[in-house]
Amino acid sequence: MEDILTIGGEKIRNRLFVGTGKFPSIEIMRKALLAARAEVATVALRRVDLKNRGTNILSGIPSGCRVMVNTSGARNAEEALRIARLARAGGLGNWVKIEITADPRYLLPDNYETLKATELLTKEGFSCFPYINPDLVLGRQLAEAGAEAVMPLGSPIGSNRGLKTEEMVKIMVEELKVPIIVDAGLGKPSHACKCMEIGCAAVLVNTAIATASDPINMAKAFSLAVESGRIAFLTGLPDTFHIARASSPLTGFLDTLEE
Amino acid sequence: MAKVRVNGREISLKANVKTVLDFVLTEGLIPDDVVVEYNSAILPRAYWGKTKINEGDRLEILSFVGGG
Repeated sequence: MEDILTIGGEKIRNRLFVGTGKFPSIEIMRKALLAARAEVATVALRRVDLKNRGTNILSGIPSGCRVMVNTSGARNAEEALRIARLARAGGLGNWVKIEITADPRYLLPDNYETLKATELLTKEGFSCFPYINPDLVLGRQLAEAGAEAVMPLGSPIGSNRGLKTEEMVKIMVEELKVPIIVDAGLGKPSHACKCMEIGCAAVLVNTAIATASDPINMAKAFSLAVESGRIAFLTGLPDTFHIARASSPLTGFLDTLEE
Repeated sequence: MAKVRVNGREISLKANVKTVLDFVLTEGLIPDDVVVEYNSAILPRAYWGKTKINEGDRLEILSFVGGG
């Protein structure tokens, strides 16, 4: 049976979501998205620099890949609403990753403002993907508010430190009905694989792919890791034991050689 | 020449720039690539040509960029 993630009214087959920041060029980004077979990519919204304009990032996103705007730069719910509405006016659709950070050093999310923004934006018809500090109670509140998924962080954005929040994320996976998508801090394919093995619905990776010496190859590596972890989760991981359990038969040995 | 604030900076409008659409095109921006906020309200593209820019107006011109 095909393994499909139904989310925000869409059917997603590839559970690796890719962020588009920090790539060396739009062309490399496009090739990396193709190598990852990404079906969801995130972008940000910023003031145009009238003196030094860049190429439109959307031109590098392959057709068929859904685009989700993040509200990065927002420090409270009101600013997040403003960004989401502007993005929709810019033709980007209804998917919004609610990212509200007031802490400049660790870029940790403001859970309270994020909940407020989720409540308001779902009422305006947005499909909300709130980026949060992992917390079960907040996850329940976000689900009640109509969030499509919740996106707990693995470790601080861009830190490449992996799933440091594993225990809390596991609890959320166990208790919440909405999909759990680990976002931020995943630095290696093995980190992404771990998230999938414990039952997360998807992961979002940006820095580790975009800043790799070969982003296209790294995108492929992450994609394989995500698929691998997902298959393992669906299959069921084995029990663990303290002492050895022989894999080879313990009978039929040769006689001990005589000295 | 009318002085307006664009993306937080005060600038003097060129004489031939009367509307938001004039401004966007004169700056060499591609209309489909940008989103405009006019005096703190989103201005849909359909209104750019009808919206005159006046002294003291505030414009925010935004576009999508790479982000995670």
